[in-house]
Order: sequence, then C-alpha cells, then structure tokens
Amino acid sequence: MGEQKGLTIQGNMATALGAKLCRPDVIPAYPITPSTLFPEKISEYIADGELDASMIRVESEHSAMSACIGASSIGARTCTASASQGIALMHEMLFIASGMRLPIVMAVGNRALSAPINIWADHQDTIASRDSGWLQFYAEKNQEGLDLMILAFKIAEDERVLLPAMVGIDGFVLTHTVEGVKVPAQEDVDEFLPPYEPPHGKLDPKEPMTFGSLGTPEYYQELKYDQVEAMDKSPEVIDEIFEEFEKEFGREYNRITPYKCDDAEIILLTMGSMTGTARAAVDEMREDGEKVGLAKLTVFRPFPGDLLKEIAGDAKGLAVVDRNISPGFGGAVFAESAGIFINEKKKPLMKNFIVGLGGREIFKKNFKEMYKKTKKSVEKGSVDKMVEWINMDEKVMR
Amino acid sequence: MTKVKITIGGINKDAGSSKEYKTGGWRTMKPEVDVEKCIQCLKCFDYCPDGAVKKTDDAIEFDLDYCKGCGICAKECPVKAIVMKVEEK
Repeated sequence: MGEQKGLTIQGNMATALGAKLCRPDVIPAYPITPSTLFPEKISEYIADGELDASMIRVESEHSAMSACIGASSIGARTCTASASQGIALMHEMLFIASGMRLPIVMAVGNRALSAPINIWADHQDTIASRDSGWLQFYAEKNQEGLDLMILAFKIAEDERVLLPAMVGIDGFVLTHTVEGVKVPAQEDVDEFLPPYEPPHGKLDPKEPMTFGSLGTPEYYQELKYDQVEAMDKSPEVIDEIFEEFEKEFGREYNRITPYKCDDAEIILLTMGSMTGTARAAVDEMREDGEKVGLAKLTVFRPFPGDLLKEIAGDAKGLAVVDRNISPGFGGAVFAESAGIFINEKKKPLMKNFIVGLGGREIFKKNFKEMYKKTKKSVEKGSVDKMVEWINMDEKVMR
Repeated sequence: MTKVKITIGGINKDAGSSKEYKTGGWRTMKPEVDVEKCIQCLKCFDYCPDGAVKKTDDAIEFDLDYCKGCGICAKECPVKAIVMKVEEK
C-alpha cells in the first residue's frame, strides 16, 4: 500500500481531491457558494494535466445535472458539485438520475434555502431532495469528505446498487475551513475503484438502445419498486465497502457510529459537522457522571434504522438533533428515527431539537441543554414539547 | 399489449421500438373523411401532431393505431371533409 500524504486543505478541496483520485471522465458543474471551489479545483487539475477529464461549463444547475445524466448514460464516470438553490434547481433531474439508475456522485456544500437568502451551513438543501432516490452521505470533517467521495463512487457503481450519491459537507464550517487530511495514494484508489463499466448497457451509436423512455401505468410501479429495492438492499453493500475501505486505508466508517453509547441512558443523534462539538459536550458531561452517549449519522439515505435500533433501543431517551426543518412537523432525522421505532415495544422516549439553521452556531452548552431537557422528559415519563428550537435569540424575535 | 420484463433503469435494448406502442387506444373520438369532399390540400397532414394522416391516391386516410382523436384535422380542414365521431368500443 502506498503512503498516505498529509495535506492541510479546505473541505471543498478535500472533496475535489477525493473526486480527482476517482478519475472522473466528465464533470458538468455550475458554481454556487459554498461549493464553488470544487469546480474551480477540478478545472485547475485538468488545466495542469493532473486529471484527464472533460469539464462542461453549463448555464444552470438544471443543465449540470442533465449533462451528468447524459454523460453517465454513455458510461462515463461522472461527478458534479452544488448547494442550496442549485440543488433546488436541479430537483427535477435528480429523480431522473436515480430512476435511470445512473451512479453520478455530487459533492454538496450544505447550505440553507432562501428566503431569506442565506449562504451558510444548513442541511435543508439535501434533505429537501430526500425522496429523489439518491444515497446521502454526510461528513463530520474534511477527511470524511475526501474519503466519502471515493466510497460514494464505489457504492453507487456497485451492480447491486446503481444509484446516484450525494456527499454533504457543511457550508463554510467544512467547505471553507482548513483541516489536515490524509490523501490515499493514487495506485491504491485505482485498485479500490476500478474503471466504471455500466453492467446493463450504455448509450452507444454502434449498439442503439433507448434510455429514459416512457413508463406507462403497466410498468411504472414495477420500475419504481426495482429502484427502491436497490436502495433498501444497499446497506449490506455499504457495510461491505466501508469494511473494505477500512482494511485498505485504515479509516473506519459506519452508517451510524456510536460513541459512549453502551451504558448511555440518553443518546444524542447528530449529523454533519455538529458531531465534533457534540462529542466534546458528551466528554464533559461524562466527566460530570452523566450517562450520555452520541450517535453520528453518516448515511442518511438509506436510513440506518437497523443500527439505530441496536444503538438506541435500550436507551431511556433519544435526542434527535436536526439542522433542517419540515414546516408543519419537525426535523427529517427525527421523523425517520421515530418511524423506525413505531412497532418496537422497547424504545427510547424521543425529543427533537432544531439547531444551526442558516449557519447559526451550535455550542457545547446547546448539546448540554438538549441532554438536560431530554433527561427531564425521561424522569417525568412524558414529553411536553416534541420539537424544540435551540439557541434562539430573544432579542431578535418579533 | 404484450408485456415485457422490466430492465434496470427501464433501459429498452430494442432501439426504434416506439412504433410498437400503439397510442390509438387513448382515443374517444374518431376522425372520418369524406373522400368526395377531400381536395388533398394536406392541411390535416401538416397539423396532425401524431403523424397519423396518410395520403391515398384520391384523398387521405388515418392510421388509427396512432391517431389520438384530438380533432385538429377536422378543425383545420378547409372543405369540412373530416368529421369527428364518438368511437364505439
């Protein structure tokens, strides 16, 4: 195995470098804050002769994803990057990419959706694409952003999966923050991820076939089922590939990673960069004797309900922390977590905390507050307020 | 309609097979041409969105496998040679 070189780089550079190591053939992209550095780095790699690929400069994100679909249909390894309004604009094409079973990988700088216009960290953009049939990965740090790009290609292109994948890194908190990363050697990535060859045919004038054709009522439901079944069966493939990655590169990935959960009475469930802060808060609370644990969600789609049940099934309380909100209900991670426990006799009491919208900072004290509120509900045996917003500024409230 | 097994991503390996999908079944109204009145101006041919009008030696005829019965031909016919009739099924 080759040496893993150390580099100190921003999150967007980490995802771009991860993509470059995968030797993509086509990168159609339209720049948008906070992921602009991704296409910039890719075009730099191409200009410097470090990457042999075609970069397509498109006129919108809708066109970017359309071009991705075309490129992937001919069997090209394809990736792009976007965020926020950009992902909203390509919404229509996201469903087509997954329905056509094209393993496109998108690096996302997770950002809030307008209005009001806001360029900062928030998971709403990818959460709003939850039902598009894409695999969704969320990174805690830049290293994960780099590794998850490689993992995303490997998982997406697996014949048992064949679905597109998003890799989310939090806007600015990761995209523009400089961190140390270890870079796998090119020859090792080449071995881990062989060139992509579509197993079920590709667009080729020499052997014409029809892609993206009409699916009448006689066929649509079966085609959808086939697509959803691939997603439902993907956890097995994801676990297998995570394990293979760990063996090859020495870094562990899980769909959900527990931290100090074994004897925990209350568990915090987090996703993305907030996890580091939550871990520090858990460490401090543990020093004070509190039986608190942390579960980090790396894979949001497919939702790892099986692992969440294992990790939190015996806990007394589960505090689900969401950096997104579905108006009229609560956070998406909470809704899904509650859903998977519905038929279980033994389940934790659950509370949902909405934090960090539009780049609002999340502090250790906020996680301590969430823990205390959940503990109070557990002691009382009931939840007064299911969804609570944390770190609100009374001074600016209307 | 013959049923075929679905493929991954709905790929259809038989190129140019859309002809086999006969959309005429969507029709509720059927066009009928009075060959005596027809002057073969072929406005119906120009306007038909489904390419379902064919020229014959002395008039035109409709390809009912693909005619969806929209009635544009009848509306555009300058000599009122085409009428739309409810189709009995």
